[in-house]
Amino acid sequence: MAYSEQVLDHYENPRNVGKMDEADAHVGTGMVGAPACGDVMRLQIKVNNEGVIEDAKFKTYGCGSAIASSSLVTEWMKGMTLDQAGEIRNSNISEELALPPVKIHCSVLAEDAIQAAIHNYKSKQ
Amino acid sequence: MKLPIFLDYSATTPVDPRVAKLMCDCLTQEGNFGNPASRSHVYGWQAEEAVENARRQVADLINADPREIVWTSGATESDNLAIKGVAHFYHKKGKHIITSKIEHKAVLDTCRQLEREGFEVTYLDPTSDGIISADQVAKAIREDTILVSLMHVNNEIGVVTDITAIGEVTRAKKVLFHVDAAQSTGKLAIDLAVSKVDLMSFCAHKTYGPKGIGALYVSRKPRVRLEAQIHGGGHERGMRSGTLATHQIVGMGAAFAIAQEEMDADNARIKHLSQRLWDGVKDMEEVYMNGHPTQRVAGNANISFNYVEGESLLMSLRELAVSSGSACTSASLEPSYVLRALGMNDELAHSSIRFSIGRFTTESDIDQAIELSRNAVIKLRELSPLWDMYKDGVDLDSVQWAAH
Repeated sequence: MAYSEQVLDHYENPRNVGKMDEADAHVGTGMVGAPACGDVMRLQIKVNNEGVIEDAKFKTYGCGSAIASSSLVTEWMKGMTLDQAGEIRNSNISEELALPPVKIHCSVLAEDAIQAAIHNYKSKQ
Repeated sequence: MKLPIFLDYSATTPVDPRVAKLMCDCLTQEGNFGNPASRSHVYGWQAEEAVENARRQVADLINADPREIVWTSGATESDNLAIKGVAHFYHKKGKHIITSKIEHKAVLDTCRQLEREGFEVTYLDPTSDGIISADQVAKAIREDTILVSLMHVNNEIGVVTDITAIGEVTRAKKVLFHVDAAQSTGKLAIDLAVSKVDLMSFCAHKTYGPKGIGALYVSRKPRVRLEAQIHGGGHERGMRSGTLATHQIVGMGAAFAIAQEEMDADNARIKHLSQRLWDGVKDMEEVYMNGHPTQRVAGNANISFNYVEGESLLMSLRELAVSSGSACTSASLEPSYVLRALGMNDELAHSSIRFSIGRFTTESDIDQAIELSRNAVIKLRELSPLWDMYKDGVDLDSVQWAAH
């Protein structure tokens, strides 16, 4: 299948790949998906005392579109408040990456990962 | 654009240039363009002679009588004709058919259709390395069993079925035995004077012949009867009507003649190349060859790179033309049903790549494939949360995943 230039760019040069300390009170971790379905995303955010996301990291097991979706949202989230990040919708992601219909679930998964990371961070406060 | 290296010979093969030349001679006005069924002039006679020569070439490869070869459009049609043809002819004798869970869709979907028509089908489970044994077949045969249908070589994992041993069982129990041999011609010696097979499906395009032509072997001794599935002019002794495609048939015959001539040399070279490929990746952690280690054809290397998803791996391997065991692109998100039937877990099934090597593969192709694969796997594992967890000693089966 043909991939969009945006997907290829994130796939070839993924941004913010990495892992943060899950035990850190400033870090929220969201892990979504399942190996059986062929994609697992782990998204982590580091939030400062003002409630702003200072840093974001991801690792993704999945197709190129799943990798690109998670890479893209780490870029977007940096500098956002938790509320702003919570408003990112899968449609924003799929539009930016020009995902074909069969790959919409990748953007849905990325939205789920954002929500899971925010929820995890809030539960620690 | 630089074309990727073709390592997908189990999907199809290029036509051998020697074959293509002969095919071209059967098309134009100057060539052998006649209808083989025309009895009243030399155009027809010449075409018929070419078709009968090709029939002999196909029969020779499997040590059969040319009168036992029926031309079809390919292995899918041969499978349909064999299975439906037997079921519809012998249904008064019984309505039970035996096959396996790792057959090609041409067999599985045909069996599903017969189930809708009131037949009962038993789907045998392979062992974890992909073997269906004669013993398993013997145990599954019932009073009302009319047919056993199994493939000679599995298209995904390259594992070989012992058709000679199974043929002994089916013949002793007076059950017909159909074998899909699409993946085995030119790779394994087939001797139907020894193996007690009643029906065997072939196609040309996996053996350096053209697409769109195949054949069904229908045994004469003992005589096997079939209900035709395509009706028309009564060609092929009524079993398969339709004007014979001389150029396609000549191509298949020539391709099979070359296969017979060059099989041993081809196999030796291909075996060396597959071994080189496997030796080039096997030292990486968590890399597995799928299917039986020795009971397999040389050209197939189905390898799982654990903790890396197949589709993203293919994306990194754009310079290689290979297939993945993960069918994410088809929107089904289902990993290969063949790998699943071996009892393989989903991550490993999603992580598999089928490299298939053939007549025109070179050492340099293999060396590039090794380098590209190693780099891609290293890169994607760096990105993989599952690899992190494996490295941290987390048992992935103990994790509560949210399936979506």
